[in-house]
Amino acid sequence: MRFAVVQFPGSNDDRDMAFALKSVLGVDAELVWHRDPELPPTTRAVLLPGGFSYGDYLRCGAMARFSPIMAAVRRFADAGGLVLGTCNGFQVLCEAGLLPGVLRRNRGLHFVCETSCLRVDNAETSFTSRARAGQVLRIPIKHGEGAYYATAHEIETLEANDQVVLRYCEPDGSVTDAANPNGSLGNIAGIVNAAGNVFGLMPHPEHAVEAAIGGTDGALLLGSLIDAVESGERTLA
Amino acid sequence: MKAVVSVTLKPDVLDPQGEAIRKACGSLGHAAVTGVRQGKLFEVELDAADEAAARKLVEELADKLLANTVIEDYRIERIEA
Repeated sequence: MRFAVVQFPGSNDDRDMAFALKSVLGVDAELVWHRDPELPPTTRAVLLPGGFSYGDYLRCGAMARFSPIMAAVRRFADAGGLVLGTCNGFQVLCEAGLLPGVLRRNRGLHFVCETSCLRVDNAETSFTSRARAGQVLRIPIKHGEGAYYATAHEIETLEANDQVVLRYCEPDGSVTDAANPNGSLGNIAGIVNAAGNVFGLMPHPEHAVEAAIGGTDGALLLGSLIDAVESGERTLA
Repeated sequence: MKAVVSVTLKPDVLDPQGEAIRKACGSLGHAAVTGVRQGKLFEVELDAADEAAARKLVEELADKLLANTVIEDYRIERIEA
């Protein structure tokens, strides 16, 4: 196994993520149970899927971070391993402290379920290398708690280091308040950590990998991750 | 022992739920209500040697689990024997 998709109780995009990687993009991907104390030794990237882990009790992602597998994910990330969290996975990464900030209740209180336009603000990451800077991607979102919040200092640091990777935007790429579906600060839809190996985003790239069902822009992000894993393996070899 | 801990959003963090509740107060005819902030209350039962030990434990729980201190403040309201 090279791509480990973690399954928490309440995850519901785990199989979709594994399907996108395995059946559509043709890489070796497997589900890993949250109680496993270790990642499989062949793991080259970890994916934390969307859903409602542990019923979103207390706060979204707050309980999942105590799963045995998360200690292994933290060790993997600390050693430079590539980790991608979508939606609930992004919330888990924030609660675990692997990414700064937190995802809050949407500004309008409503659950949003739509195709979002996302501007790629940093195409130099391991998760966006197949996209161009400024490119507008169309990828679905579906969440009730996706308003990104961080302290003013943290936002400043994210901006200064080009850690804001994706922003909600208009179809022409302009970043406006009207294009912000949930009240995220700075229209932030996805960020990387300072080291660039941990990526969290509210949109669902695994739901945009086939032209027949909603487009293939998500494959640009997952494909970038695949490229990063493969080039890492070449370096090791 | 029992500890009571309240968790509220930091004052500068927008509270859309509180705002929705405020509007509902207006719908009930209570225009006098000008603001609502909502939060959570935890009643934690625990075994501890004395109040100081209980406070120390609850403080740690609140900081690491009950509240996300990026957006929330917590307060130990009381500790009962």
